[in-house]
Amino acid sequence: MTNNPGRRGFILGGAVIGAGALVTACTSNEPAQSAATTAPAAAAAPAGGNDQPGTPVTIGFSAPAADHGWIAAIAKNAQDAAKRYSDVTFKAVEPTNDINQQISAVESLIQAKVNVLVILPNDGEQLNQVARQAMDAGIPVINLDRVFPDKLSYRTWIGGDNYGMGVAAGHYIGKTLKDKGVSNPVILEIQGIATLPLTQDRSKGFADALKTYGFTVTAQQDAKFTVESGTQVAANLLQAHKKIDAIWNHDDDQGIGVLAAIKEANRNEFFMVGGAGSANAMRDIQADSGVLKATVTYSPTMAGSAITLARLIAQGKGMSDLLEKEVPQSLTLASETITKENAAEYLPLGFES
Amino acid sequence: MTEVNPAPTAPAGERPRPDAAPSLRGGLARLGEARHVGLIAALVLLAIVGLVTKPENFATSSNLVSVLALASTIGVITVGATFVIIGGGIDLSVGAVMALASVWATTLSTQSYGPVVMVICALAVGTGAGLLNGLLISYGRMVPFIATLAMLVAARGLAQRMSSQRTQLVQQDNSAIVDLSTTRVLGLPLLVYVFALVVALGWVLLNRTTFGRRTFAVGGNPEAARLAGIDVRRHTMVLYALSGLCCGIAAVLIMARTTTGSSTHGDLYELDAIAAVIIGGTLLTGGRGSIIGSILGLLIFTVITNLFILNGLNTSDQLIAKGLIIVIAVLMQRRSIRTST
Repeated sequence: MTNNPGRRGFILGGAVIGAGALVTACTSNEPAQSAATTAPAAAAAPAGGNDQPGTPVTIGFSAPAADHGWIAAIAKNAQDAAKRYSDVTFKAVEPTNDINQQISAVESLIQAKVNVLVILPNDGEQLNQVARQAMDAGIPVINLDRVFPDKLSYRTWIGGDNYGMGVAAGHYIGKTLKDKGVSNPVILEIQGIATLPLTQDRSKGFADALKTYGFTVTAQQDAKFTVESGTQVAANLLQAHKKIDAIWNHDDDQGIGVLAAIKEANRNEFFMVGGAGSANAMRDIQADSGVLKATVTYSPTMAGSAITLARLIAQGKGMSDLLEKEVPQSLTLASETITKENAAEYLPLGFES
Repeated sequence: MTEVNPAPTAPAGERPRPDAAPSLRGGLARLGEARHVGLIAALVLLAIVGLVTKPENFATSSNLVSVLALASTIGVITVGATFVIIGGGIDLSVGAVMALASVWATTLSTQSYGPVVMVICALAVGTGAGLLNGLLISYGRMVPFIATLAMLVAARGLAQRMSSQRTQLVQQDNSAIVDLSTTRVLGLPLLVYVFALVVALGWVLLNRTTFGRRTFAVGGNPEAARLAGIDVRRHTMVLYALSGLCCGIAAVLIMARTTTGSSTHGDLYELDAIAAVIIGGTLLTGGRGSIIGSILGLLIFTVITNLFILNGLNTSDQLIAKGLIIVIAVLMQRRSIRTST
């Protein structure tokens, strides 16, 4: 611990209560980490001979630095998937949130002549150029989630469906309220960062699906994907609406804060649907102890699937369940609705927030 | 120069004024009061807007409780920030230090020792980080802006590392922490009492003790304060430690409110806290200011957010409104300073 100057400072401060107490309060989080997702492998592994070891493949991987449970799960899923294949060498570059650094990281992977690249760009527009360079150099690029605008910049795109996520949430809420026979329901929506296109897609899907039931969103408010912003926004929204029928919260991480605010306000006349599919939310849904009744997935397991696709492409194989000899050009994952009934089945795929 | 004006809202001017006549002092005091009146008027104005636009939601007791609970976390930080700014410094690291304290206190190994150790840990981490800021600034002769900026970046990084970027839940066994937010006494959550207590203690410390008077002296004119026999360096260091302690207390409150510790907590709190302090009439150059003003400034911000959400307006409009308020408040402050000189 003492080789880190930053921490030395904290020990100094901690001397106020004695070094002993600080050691006890040290930084270990081991149990939580070992409980983290271990089963991304179940996803997308095509049956048949494709899993047999083939030509050795080096897969380069670049993604943003984790500032959020979902991104952390992306890196972990990719790594775990790579470990499953004896013929795969996994070469991940230091994750970063800086566009410039990610460009040079990808350049370094091109220089290293990896066989195939998996890239989750910080921003598709800004990383487009370097992805194109890789493709031009003959390295197939698997574009993960945030899409490159230029189709020449990637071989295959795999990602989630933000619009579909909104649709799934809208259908769950619409159907539940319809079945209850509620007319003119008060439906609230707590978004993530409002300026992101993904948030706008989610909201549009939600509104469109609700429309098929004749419902509309009563009020919409944006948080920042963080627990704290979730609490703030929810606390105020609960004051604004004395009687609520349903809430859709776009993100389960932020949802921890939303649920805390609901608990603090002692409200339970409504039900809530989450988003993304964290393990924590799934456990709440399974226990059925609070207002959270469902969550719609935007699963980070897509990173594991991307590794599988990268390996197949590099080995020149197709997906054995399909007739085509090559991997499809794009794969949009369906957003699944997790309720009390199927939570147990999905729990191993949930990410720890 | 040993005598420093003890009046709560009219401390010594930002420059030494040995010839200041009592009448001028009195005038300053009245102006100080007038600034508070302005803040209160702004709050009343906001309340009227609330009553007109959302009569059925705004004036309810549960809404007012909610506003107070929202203000509590950052309010505690604002008290610490007021001390630092009156003392002529600035602390940009408050949000990050709070995040670090919340993460450190919610790691599984800390949590295994129970809620009391968690609270002690949060307070110790906050104070420790503040003390380090103070050491760097007082004895390392670093500019406060730089030293605390470095702490901002480093503390958030350490918090991310420690939590592996995960949100750490307060375990069921330690729900005593969460009770701070869910248990109500006389209709108010416990954390509002914590907030009130911190404000009260801060007010007494600033206005009724030698420490407080020295803070005004150090901020107003450090050289004069030194000549008057005040250990300016040590005093400055203690001010930053105090701000750190406030961050530690805020960390406990945020854990109670959100049931988590996270490296994302307290994002941009430094700006909110500084804005509240400035609106409250504290000079960024140090030497004068008041805690009550800061808290009123903060309440104005919290009520605006509340009003906007009650009326279903989005975040962008809130940000514009906040920006305008900061500009107007500072312009008014300048006028009042000019008329007083």
